[in-house]
Amino acid sequence: MEIFWYIVLMFMLGVYVILDGYDFGVGIIHLFFAKKEEDKSSITKSIGPFWDANEVWLIAAGGVLFFAFPTLYASSFSGFYLPLIMILWLLIFRAIGLELRGQVNNSMWHKIWDKAFGISSLLLALFFGLALGNVVRGVNLGVVENGISKYEAIYFFVPLWNSEFSPFSERLGIIDWFTILVGIVAVVALTIHGANWVIFKTNSSINNKLKDVVLKLTIVLCLLVVVSVVVWSSVNSNPLQNFIDYPLLLIFPTIGLFGLINLLRIKKFKKDGLGFLNSSLFLFGAFASTASALFPVLLPSTNSVNPSLTIYNAAADSYGLSVGIWWWLIAIILVGIYLIIQYRIFKGKMDHVPYGHH
Amino acid sequence: MEDALFYDRMQFAFTITFHYLFPQLTMGLSLIIVYFKGKYLKNKIEKYNEAAKFWMKIFAINFAMGVVTGIPMEFQFGTNWAKFSELTGGIIGQTLAMEGMFSFFLESSFLGLFLFGEKLLGQKLHFLTGFLVFLGSWASGYLIIATHSWMQYPVGYEILENGKFVLNNFSALFSNPWLLPSYLHNQAASLVTSSFVVGGIGAFYLLSKKHLEFGKLFLKTGVVFGLIASLLVAFPTGDMTAKNVVKYQPVTFAAMEGLFDTEQGAEIVLIGQPNIKEKRLDNKIAVPNILSFLTYSNWNAEVKGLNEFDENLYPTNIPGLYYSYHIMVGLGTIFIGVLLIAIIYLYFKKLYNVKWILWVIMFLVPFPYIANITGWYTAELGRQPWLVYNLMRVSEGASPTVSAGNTLFTLLGFIGLYLLLGLLFLILVGKIIYKGPQTQKV
Repeated sequence: MEIFWYIVLMFMLGVYVILDGYDFGVGIIHLFFAKKEEDKSSITKSIGPFWDANEVWLIAAGGVLFFAFPTLYASSFSGFYLPLIMILWLLIFRAIGLELRGQVNNSMWHKIWDKAFGISSLLLALFFGLALGNVVRGVNLGVVENGISKYEAIYFFVPLWNSEFSPFSERLGIIDWFTILVGIVAVVALTIHGANWVIFKTNSSINNKLKDVVLKLTIVLCLLVVVSVVVWSSVNSNPLQNFIDYPLLLIFPTIGLFGLINLLRIKKFKKDGLGFLNSSLFLFGAFASTASALFPVLLPSTNSVNPSLTIYNAAADSYGLSVGIWWWLIAIILVGIYLIIQYRIFKGKMDHVPYGHH
Repeated sequence: MEDALFYDRMQFAFTITFHYLFPQLTMGLSLIIVYFKGKYLKNKIEKYNEAAKFWMKIFAINFAMGVVTGIPMEFQFGTNWAKFSELTGGIIGQTLAMEGMFSFFLESSFLGLFLFGEKLLGQKLHFLTGFLVFLGSWASGYLIIATHSWMQYPVGYEILENGKFVLNNFSALFSNPWLLPSYLHNQAASLVTSSFVVGGIGAFYLLSKKHLEFGKLFLKTGVVFGLIASLLVAFPTGDMTAKNVVKYQPVTFAAMEGLFDTEQGAEIVLIGQPNIKEKRLDNKIAVPNILSFLTYSNWNAEVKGLNEFDENLYPTNIPGLYYSYHIMVGLGTIFIGVLLIAIIYLYFKKLYNVKWILWVIMFLVPFPYIANITGWYTAELGRQPWLVYNLMRVSEGASPTVSAGNTLFTLLGFIGLYLLLGLLFLILVGKIIYKGPQTQKV
């Protein structure tokens, strides 16, 4: 039962990364590469009807986390208090940047909201990367000092940073050199993903230039992936043990690498959607690999006094989890239908979708 | 710790109050838009379609505000109320997760199609997308109130040795006697807000002699929907909700009514200031026997006063609770009165020319918002000092590791950000209203 809900949770978070991930990437492309007004307009239109539904995957995943693993929800949301609230603020800026831009026809107004959309997308990609880095690195559960827990075993609090910026420090911060590395990986990966979406869904004049960008960033990303895996094995002990014990899990890194290496051939793709497909494969593979490496741990403990939070000690009671399966299955089928309807209606290039025009 | 709890409470109170300004319009207005759109489908009079399109523009901004201020609500259960979430997540997490899965996906998938897809979809499908958005928003309200009802009147649970609440009966969450009256009361109240917004803007157009055709349509629609909804708010839904309070939270009921001593043939207090130290109401104006009748349908029935209960169980903020309740009821009564007069004028085909009532309806627009918010304050302050009624106190629910300084920091951030949102909302909606419905095709 716990495993079912673990897969559900990771599935929903993974879908979130792929779907809202392209929104963030599109925001970054919009911020750095779109200069002409028509391009900016095509680029925002390409996510216009989708971004809100994409964001719901985060909210729904949060709901599932709350209900299936309440201990983890309570522990991590209060422990990562500041970055989470800042993510909320950024989500607000991203949303109003997109939705309020078209309300007034004035170039200063447009500039303000374009920047709000672009900068908050960039920071969101960075923050989600930092968050992933923090979860992988682990936290000081129970706030242990000199071998004694200051709080109950599941609670902790991580400030934004401390003076050492090190994942090995006694007092951890959200930002250290390891989490920053993961943050940069996230920004690069999502920029590629967003560029692929723009190539896929628009006829903007920068599409060819974006293919160069994808190619260059893919090379950077390959290096970053190698570096992070190496560094990871110094931060966690034996992060790859699960893959040795359960070789079947190797399918995830394989899918990820397949997508990543394919992206190097971006310029030869015949169909505009192939780049997007491959960056989706990469994100899926990378996310699933990270989750499988941690499994069954959800949040590692960095001290030896309190145990890590796992899917077993953080789960809700079995009756609740078993009734949940029924409504969740019904709901996810409905969600699938909505997605099909949505993507069928807005299939193909979206430069002329009537979004944001009044 | 004490300080942190204070700021946790302030932050929740502030963010939920601001948030609920928007959904109450979303839920009611989606129904009115579906009505306009349905009318158009039936009689093909262009005016109704234009009306639907005009309100959709306001709906879009309002909806966006509701979404962006709603996400922090779900996060705050974990960030600021971690202990509460840890212990009850297996139960309230059910209904909150269902809200995400059933209603947010529905709303967000079809909102874009509804707002921008009229040409793409054709009239019938466009109506359908509007209906689905309406359905999603009402489902969301239902699941939130199911969560709320469990906190007011916990059912279907058992408590383990480690203090955790676990669910043992899923269907009990939905057959909770608290749920249906509260839900219908709340939905009717949200329709009152939307009716006054629609009717008030109609009155504005008539008074400023612009868009007269639409002014009349909006005013008439607002008055008719508003009267039906206001009556439903009072009876049966308000009556049923109050009877639940009498039955399950008698101490709260006594505090709401400002009843310090148990009385037979209890009077209903219209005005008065609770004096907690002296345990009496100052400057009281009251009507004898009415409260007994309303509560037990018996003019001489005994109604329990605060003196019957242990002070330890008193609601934390009795004056706040008392005023919230009286403001809500007082405003509700005024709405019924004004709308009854308006409907009589409407029946005699004079409404559009009676200036004073147009002014009154226009100026009443903010007040249903106040009535809705004070209604929620009544429910929430009435539940205090409990987080889960009779089982878990508010002071036991806060996050143990989040300090007062951090919460105040984020509270100030929310205040600043929400002031900006409020300002933008007023400017943009003001612009749409000023421009009016017909200039649409440019």
